[in-house]
Amino acid sequence: MTTQPETAPATPRRSRGLWLDVLARTCRSRRGLVGLALVTPVVLIAVLGPFLAPKSPTAFVGLPYAGPSSEAWLGTDGIGRDVLSRVLWGGREILALAVLATVIGIVVGTALGTTAGYVKGALDEAIMRTLDVALAFPQIILALLLVSIIGPELWLVCLAVAAIHAPQVARVARAATLRTVEQDHVKYAEAFGIPRRRVILGEVVPNIISPVMVEAGLRLTYSIAIIASLSFLGFGLQPPSADWGLMVNENRIGIQQNPWPVVTPIVLIAILTVGVNMFSDAVARSALGIEAPIAPPSMSGSDDVLGGAEHVATEVPAS
Amino acid sequence: MTPEPVLSVERLVIEVARTGARVVDDVSLTVGPGEVLGLAGESGCGKTTLSLALLGYTRRGLAASSGRVRVGDRSLLEMGEEALEHERGSLVTYVPQDPASALNPALRVGTQLEEVISFHRRNEDRAGRRVLVTKVLEDVGLPTTRSLLESYPHQLSGGQQQRIAIAMAIVNRPRLIVMDEPTTGLDVTTQARVLQTIRDVCREHGGGVVYVTHDLAVVSSLAIRVAVMYAGRLAEVGPADQVLQRPAHPYVHGLLQAVPDIEGRRELTGIPGQAPDPGRRLEQCLFAPRCPLAVAECRQAIPPPVAVGEGHRAWCIRVAEQAGAPVAGPGVAPREVAADGSGALLAIDDLNAGYGSRPVLHGISLSIPTGASLALVGESGSGKTTLARCIAGLHTGYTGTISLAGAQLARAARARPAAAREAIQYVFQNPYSSLNPRRSIEESIAQPLHYTEEHPDRAEIDRRVGRALDSVSLSAAVRRRYPHELSGGQRQRVAIARALIVEPRLLVCDEVTSALDVSVQAVVIELLDELRRRRGLSMLFVTHNLALVHSVADEIAVIEEGRILERGPVERVLARPTSEATRALVANVPRLAPVASGAG
Repeated sequence: MTTQPETAPATPRRSRGLWLDVLARTCRSRRGLVGLALVTPVVLIAVLGPFLAPKSPTAFVGLPYAGPSSEAWLGTDGIGRDVLSRVLWGGREILALAVLATVIGIVVGTALGTTAGYVKGALDEAIMRTLDVALAFPQIILALLLVSIIGPELWLVCLAVAAIHAPQVARVARAATLRTVEQDHVKYAEAFGIPRRRVILGEVVPNIISPVMVEAGLRLTYSIAIIASLSFLGFGLQPPSADWGLMVNENRIGIQQNPWPVVTPIVLIAILTVGVNMFSDAVARSALGIEAPIAPPSMSGSDDVLGGAEHVATEVPAS
Repeated sequence: MTPEPVLSVERLVIEVARTGARVVDDVSLTVGPGEVLGLAGESGCGKTTLSLALLGYTRRGLAASSGRVRVGDRSLLEMGEEALEHERGSLVTYVPQDPASALNPALRVGTQLEEVISFHRRNEDRAGRRVLVTKVLEDVGLPTTRSLLESYPHQLSGGQQQRIAIAMAIVNRPRLIVMDEPTTGLDVTTQARVLQTIRDVCREHGGGVVYVTHDLAVVSSLAIRVAVMYAGRLAEVGPADQVLQRPAHPYVHGLLQAVPDIEGRRELTGIPGQAPDPGRRLEQCLFAPRCPLAVAECRQAIPPPVAVGEGHRAWCIRVAEQAGAPVAGPGVAPREVAADGSGALLAIDDLNAGYGSRPVLHGISLSIPTGASLALVGESGSGKTTLARCIAGLHTGYTGTISLAGAQLARAARARPAAAREAIQYVFQNPYSSLNPRRSIEESIAQPLHYTEEHPDRAEIDRRVGRALDSVSLSAAVRRRYPHELSGGQRQRVAIARALIVEPRLLVCDEVTSALDVSVQAVVIELLDELRRRRGLSMLFVTHNLALVHSVADEIAVIEEGRILERGPVERVLARPTSEATRALVANVPRLAPVASGAG
């Protein structure tokens, strides 16, 4: 036999996982760095804040709407509680709820989208048309509707926000699934009679992770905004708990006496939202650049760095 | 003495701007008036980058760092973008590989043709443009009717689209036309016609043509001179008949031996190993690691061009050893039919299949004896892949029966017993999509074992993966790798290993080599043939490439428009086809010029 063992190409790169690579690249991009620099302090405040708070968030320490002093660095709120301590306590729920709601929304949406895209036919229609109806509702109204019927429970806020995300995630997952199921490795699995559930989990899901993760970043941004809005409207944590959204609402009448209980949460929420958005955008960009090539290179010219030079063809100028 | 060349490339170097890696390294070429230069090489050798540089264009991330490209009296690399815009389309033009994406789908083809004229010849009025359009359509052999000019690109066939693209390229009578595999996507009959057009056009108006291709058979039927590239450098340049019959460079020699031949005059031999990564800069002959003639000096310096004949140079210090060795092997030995006479392994009876209401296959009856190999040959759209999918249980919309060893098979793969699913294994056309990019090679190969009835344990799986890798000649080092880290040929071997691991009886190979380079194709074909002989596998080899059939099959079935036209032993069908369509297919296959008998 003349075939000799081929030596594998001399590129022993990527022993790490794909996503570690993506993260490493993200952290090297300026957008990713800025995003990370914005998000990290806010997340640290939200997570570690309760341990650092100088006072109890519910203790009365002074007169209502007292300005900043050495006793209370950011002054006091409408009933004389320490603003700094309440800010340090008030980020935990919003962050945890946002992450949880996003995760639930992504998981449910991906399950629906991949099933619809893989099974096709009547089930596809049924799932997607139902989701279209859900999408037709304005997002915040849908959440308000649920919360006002059942009551301001945290688990409900979480589920309501997840329900807002699921349809859009499902659409993204379905579109990516439709592309993936055309790949021959999915056909192979089918020809071998591998159960449908295993085909979805083993062949489809790993290959649509990128677009879904990109969507997840965007969804996390929305989650933060929606949950903050809900608690501003009084449907999140209930007084006397400390919560950034709630704080804005409680103290907006006193903004002229002491602006800090309103401004600080707003600034933190804004930084968090912008930071998450920039970081996830950077992740999306590096994921696109790093993605393992799925499409075959063309017969002639997979040669080079970047494909697609077809538009120099015979040079018809745009008139 | 010689007329002024229309193209001269001097010591051109194109680098990846960021890393300095060389994609095109020190290439010099000339093309004279009326001359067709075939620029050949396998994927990744830099031929597309070079051909685009002839238009003064480099892809983003690449830059021409030294050297010159002159077309006529203009030096393209020194021009600004705006000046280039005027030269492209009139001085030098480009015909891309895929006409469907080169033409604007929203404009009528007549409009697109006129646009090219009006941009470059501002003083031409409407009537004058019409005259030019009519003339150029005649040149490329298209009807000059209104209805053609008023069609949108999607209303034309692939061949017609390609002719329109060629018409756009020649209408301004450029000095140089660069063509990037313009016939790859076309079936052989159309391909033959387009090639004739190019030859005629070139002869008539005295421009030069650079024809980029990976297909040496096409080069031999078209080009006057040939340049073969390897890993960004030139390997050999010379008159086509000399280079193709008496190659002086060992790479070119190996490449020619890997080209399948419809008459079966040569045994198919691949080139072991693979090309180095583009852009690795080594001060040595880049082919040396794969070269049968390599000696120590080959690894010490970049070989200089060595003249082997009139206008014939090879970048190899061993030309004396290589020159004269004719490209011929012992020829393919007549195949003994391996069937053991124990009857048909696979029998298809009166199969009609279609998609929705569109029928694709009509009354197909075929059988494959145990241990035999049947080639199913047809042009694209003939229904051959649909038939293969019916057999594999991937396409269920059919009537008629398919039986394996006498037992009728259910239509859907999932409805078949596990033993039947294991007995028939499908190897897909495209190794870039048949392996899950998120699974390591080891996991991909072992995947089917998890769904067999025996449920082997981990140690057994490990052992069997090792054996499967062995049988396709892949080293154990690939186990932990992912598909994108492997070359196309390696991936296709992995796909074959995955099929072999469940000990199939029938291998359905659907165009398994059409995405591979010829030297790799030859290696895969050798492998399949050996596996078949050693394991007594039956094979259904689906292909559009008649030239390959000799090397893989005992019998051939020609399919056209969903019907089997004829079937019989390979030698008989190719030598004395009974149907007109088969005769045309055989006649239109591009082939290398006959090999001069080894008198050197």
